[in-house]
Amino acid sequence: MNREDNVRVDRAAAKLSLAHIYVAFIGFAIAALCGLLQGLVRGGIVTLPKWLGYYQLLTTHGVMMGLVFTTFFIIGLFLAGAARTSDGKLSPAASKLGWIGWWMMTIGTGMATVTILMNDASVLYTFYAPMKASPWFYVGAALLVVGSWFGGYAIFANYAAWKKANRGKTSPLFQYMAVSTMILWQIATLGVAVEVVFQLIPWSFGWVDGVDILLSRSLFWFFGHPLVYFWLMPAYAVWYVSIPKIIGGKVFSDSLARTSFVLFILLSMPVGFHHQLMEPGISASWKMIHVILTLMVVVPSLMTAFSMFATFETTGRAKGAKSLFGWFKTLPWGDVRFFAPFMGMLYFIPAGAGGIINASNQLNQVIHNTIWVTGHFHLTVGTSVALTFFAAAYWIIPHLTGRKLTKTANRLGIVQTVLWLVGMSMMSGAMHFLGLQGAPRRTDYTTYFNDETALGWMSYQKLMAMGGEILFFSSILLIGLVVYLAFFAPKGEEEFPIGETSENAEATPKVLERWGLWVGIAAFLIVLAYGVPLAQQINHAPPASAGFRTW
Amino acid sequence: MHLHRYEKIWLMLGTGALALFIVILSVNAFAMGMTPPSHMEMIDPKKVDQTAPFDKPGLKKIGPNEYELVMVSFAFGYQPGNVEVPKGAKVTFITTSKDVVHGFQIPGTNVNTMVLPGHVSKITHTFDEPGKFLILCNEYCGAGHQIMATHVIVK
Ligand code: HEM
Ligand SMILES: [Cu+2]
Ligand SMILES: [Cu+2]
Repeated sequence: MNREDNVRVDRAAAKLSLAHIYVAFIGFAIAALCGLLQGLVRGGIVTLPKWLGYYQLLTTHGVMMGLVFTTFFIIGLFLAGAARTSDGKLSPAASKLGWIGWWMMTIGTGMATVTILMNDASVLYTFYAPMKASPWFYVGAALLVVGSWFGGYAIFANYAAWKKANRGKTSPLFQYMAVSTMILWQIATLGVAVEVVFQLIPWSFGWVDGVDILLSRSLFWFFGHPLVYFWLMPAYAVWYVSIPKIIGGKVFSDSLARTSFVLFILLSMPVGFHHQLMEPGISASWKMIHVILTLMVVVPSLMTAFSMFATFETTGRAKGAKSLFGWFKTLPWGDVRFFAPFMGMLYFIPAGAGGIINASNQLNQVIHNTIWVTGHFHLTVGTSVALTFFAAAYWIIPHLTGRKLTKTANRLGIVQTVLWLVGMSMMSGAMHFLGLQGAPRRTDYTTYFNDETALGWMSYQKLMAMGGEILFFSSILLIGLVVYLAFFAPKGEEEFPIGETSENAEATPKVLERWGLWVGIAAFLIVLAYGVPLAQQINHAPPASAGFRTW
Repeated sequence: MHLHRYEKIWLMLGTGALALFIVILSVNAFAMGMTPPSHMEMIDPKKVDQTAPFDKPGLKKIGPNEYELVMVSFAFGYQPGNVEVPKGAKVTFITTSKDVVHGFQIPGTNVNTMVLPGHVSKITHTFDEPGKFLILCNEYCGAGHQIMATHVIVK
């Protein structure tokens, strides 16, 4: 063990990171309960009381899982990792910005939650106009987004301080990944910020009386697709940087890892129309351009897959494995910190294949807005990303609270992971299957007046509900472990694993840290993909829509 | 930047497969006319009932066994509902929304389009088999979203 391995995140940074992680898991717990109920309702197993609507639950689940759990956890993870790779400390500016961000995000989340509870915002986490929620829902959402910008500024400030103290050196890989993710996030959220601040807030307060629907949707999806990369990139950071350390190996290639992150910045923005393939008002050729750019993201994903398996194999061989697949057995299967993210990677293979189907314009016609899509992202974000975050929580929380991930906790963590996988396979499998038959997503219990086709779906809806029950059970175990690691586990030292680059890797090209260049290319691609169609939407807009409260 | 030989092969195969896939998609879309529904016509969403053709929704014969079916989508239904067409009919559905965003989907077929206020959606399907086909809304539109449905009856 060298000196670097012993770096501990100091108390101040730990406090900030933990504040984020706690909110993340509170949001997760609420959302898991909603998820369970959604499955049971759709399967016709329970009926909700009068005072609680299905779409209220679904709004809560989407907001809490998709926006709160992920965003808070990601910023908490990055802040801890930034400190871990800067001698254990965050720069003073970074701490201050981090706390400002946390307060804004927490207040914003609180405001949105209250409006949802009062049934004034059952508009789902995509809040498509012209359904008009309480203005405070949009203000809350705006605070959540702007707060997350401050989280990003904290990461940038710490990175700048590191660069200043280490002139001429290549930055730590983990910080590089945090910075690229947060750059992507700053650009991506511009779309939704413009939508909320210039369209929805003035309209919901009644200052203007109409909204251009297609434009609001295009702005939303400018944000909506990179949102999924914002979830994925932190998981990739853990895969690239922490997993090699956990399995006792080295980072396969520093420059490849950085290149794939740069490619994500470039390729994840100019593609939002693949969520609007079935929409009138956008021409088929612009849709095709976005489809092509979307599919290009396959390249960095293939690079990641190669790097991961190369790390596994070289590590296994260094440990003496001889035969073609002998290295497979040398991996630490009994260590939840490896097992959970590894299973996440494995599930990413079918998930990625499903994504290619979704993005292809003709195939999209079969599955668009069916529950297949929900099945798809419960594999990507709900399994690959979520399992990686759970595993990270299992070491970060004790690292930050000065406790240990005990043997028993580790074993329970593996049980939790297996339950999650079983539950998710059932739920997501049923969702995929239902979707292919045309069952819609985001829909309360229904047989469509005893329609034969819809009645035929019911047994799969029940399978989906059973998967949800197992997932809920797994969530209880997870929350129990999180509380145990935060407050009750024995005192000790838990490592925050950060891998080193293997000796025979070459020096990292300097150009990878020329952020101005990458942001410039990203901006160019965005103008190319969005300039003309957005100008058309603005110049040839239909008369604006009034607001409706249909729930 | 140096790439491992196997990685080069891996990326070349992957990128090649991707390029082929993109070519197939494009040929499919543009040469074979299978683009997704992308109708560009607009309408004032506040005046749907007064604007043609939505002022007189219903089935209209436009050729031998070829029809246009004009339907208004609203929270929570389609007007008119339960329309009958003969077996083998080629039907072009034309719809728009009077209020919020809706969906228009017929499970078991490729009929699937969004319905946005301010825009007119069009999608065509040939019903080769007789039966009762479910039309449902697949975009959340409010408290009654789960009952927003009707049927096409093919005889
Ligand atoms: C306890 C585990 C979970 C269960 C039982 C569950 C269940 C469900 C169900 C049944 C739906 C679909 C309802 C419908 O379309 O009518 C849904 C939607 C969704 N879930 Fe989950 N889920 C779980 C975990 C997660 C996780 C970990 C994430 C992401 C981090 C997530 C994100 C979402 C999102 C974004 C939606 C879409 C909401 C919408 O369409 O507006 N879920 N979930
Ligand atoms: Cu997307
Ligand atoms: Cu609907």
